[in-house]
Amino acid sequence: MRFKDVFSIIGPGMIGPSSSHTAGAVRIGRAARHLFGGMPLQAELTLYGSFAETYEGHGTDLALAAGLLDYATDDERIRNALSLAKALGMELTFNAARDPTVHPNSVLLTLRSENREDSFMGASIGGGNAEMTKINGFDVKFSVHNPTLLVFHADRLGMLAAFTSLIEAEWLNISYMDVNRKSRAGDALTVIQTDERLSGKLPDRIRAIEGVRRVASMNLS
Amino acid sequence: MRFSTLRQLAERCREEQVTIGQFMLNEQAFETGESKTTIVTQMTDYYTVMKEAVRRGLEHPQPSRSGLTGGDAARVRQYMDRPDGTLLGNDASRALTYALSVSEVNASMGKIVATPTAGSCGIIPGVFVSAQQRYCWADDRLVMGLFCAGAIGYVIANNSFISGAEGGCQAEIGSAVAMAAGAMTELLGGTPEQAVHAVGLALKNSLGLICDPVGGLVEIPCIVRNGFGAVTALAAADMALAGVRSVIPTDEVIEVMHETGRAMPDIYRETAKGGLAGTPTGRKLAKELFSHENGHQNADVPPEGGQR
Ligand code: SF4
Repeated sequence: MRFKDVFSIIGPGMIGPSSSHTAGAVRIGRAARHLFGGMPLQAELTLYGSFAETYEGHGTDLALAAGLLDYATDDERIRNALSLAKALGMELTFNAARDPTVHPNSVLLTLRSENREDSFMGASIGGGNAEMTKINGFDVKFSVHNPTLLVFHADRLGMLAAFTSLIEAEWLNISYMDVNRKSRAGDALTVIQTDERLSGKLPDRIRAIEGVRRVASMNLS
Repeated sequence: MRFSTLRQLAERCREEQVTIGQFMLNEQAFETGESKTTIVTQMTDYYTVMKEAVRRGLEHPQPSRSGLTGGDAARVRQYMDRPDGTLLGNDASRALTYALSVSEVNASMGKIVATPTAGSCGIIPGVFVSAQQRYCWADDRLVMGLFCAGAIGYVIANNSFISGAEGGCQAEIGSAVAMAAGAMTELLGGTPEQAVHAVGLALKNSLGLICDPVGGLVEIPCIVRNGFGAVTALAAADMALAGVRSVIPTDEVIEVMHETGRAMPDIYRETAKGGLAGTPTGRKLAKELFSHENGHQNADVPPEGGQR
């Protein structure tokens, strides 16, 4: 089911004018910020399809900036997000690109801080609902509305069992899990979503497992 | 959720002797593990935002962010006061006016609730708030109506589309009209089956509607389609309550919406390349807007009342 509950139909409460081009964009920006692990100093945003064609009129640029500032979809500050971002020292650039293979409302966010760079591609699938479709070159597909853990790790036996036993030890229910590999013997990215909010300690515990390179998490709703 | 079609939904409601609204609330609580109180509070907050948007658009009409639209809700509201009244009569005219109002608030980057999208955010508030005034209902009743509308939208969204980019305007305005029609039928005492017929009747009237917003903005024709949508929802609910049935079962009509949306050329799916957006005037407006916007590229929205 693409749409999971009543509030994915009635809602979100939001600043107009477009649920896909404004609210969905806020949520993609916000998810990227959380998974990046804080406010980036630089964000390069490449817009595709209908996002690219109509972003100015829909305030998609304001919405993405607002998401990167960690605002919710109904925050009145969205209207001023570009200057607020500037005032906080976040540098934003917007480009349009073509790629008929991506969802018509997609954006690629390349986020940088002093020593790090991550890229996230998100798609706004309607009614303000959004999905992540690519992270640092890994093809993924998960909704940004659920508590999510990203584990970057070496691709070897036994890793998944180690993650799940730690998660189950915290009495969390795994609602979605997907392993993504770039090549057979290389890196892997495991995406795990839970029904309940993630505790603060869980990412640290998973990080301590041998072979885990990095853990990112978000609890947006 | 224990339903994926409207037929299942109506059957479950009948078995459990509950309304669609109550059933949806129970399912939401069961699925998310949240208390019913929390869920109802969230929905009540949304209803408050809707009522506030109705009021705000009429009391403080704003030009849209682009300057292309604004003030139509107030225009119709004023026209309603003439001695001969309107063709629609006061109640339907009020639904029309309120729907326009919320849609205009949306276009000026005001606060609304997506139902199911922002493009179609005027229809449910237009129908609900005007009915609340007419029948003097308490908010709780309308909030249960929103759960009913949500259950209908949930089935449409998962079996077809709710975004113009994927399925054309039938998916946005069409879905919202159907949700409002079904909910209104239930709020007026119709059975779950009658509510489902209202959905089918309403959907049939918008099959094939293309998404062709001028300049890609949620303004022309979106705002007036919200007004029309509110009135159509009333008509569909009236027919269903009178016993009119959707001979083609509603779940099959939803399938037709899906089929039509998939077959719809790209130019009619929110790309602003065809339809009204592609007319000489549509193109001219977009061009003026674009050169106008270029000067303000990546700028904030000016403060309230300010014109770009
Ligand atoms: S024309 Fe397109 S943007 Fe406008 S309301 Fe319909 S689906 Fe939404």
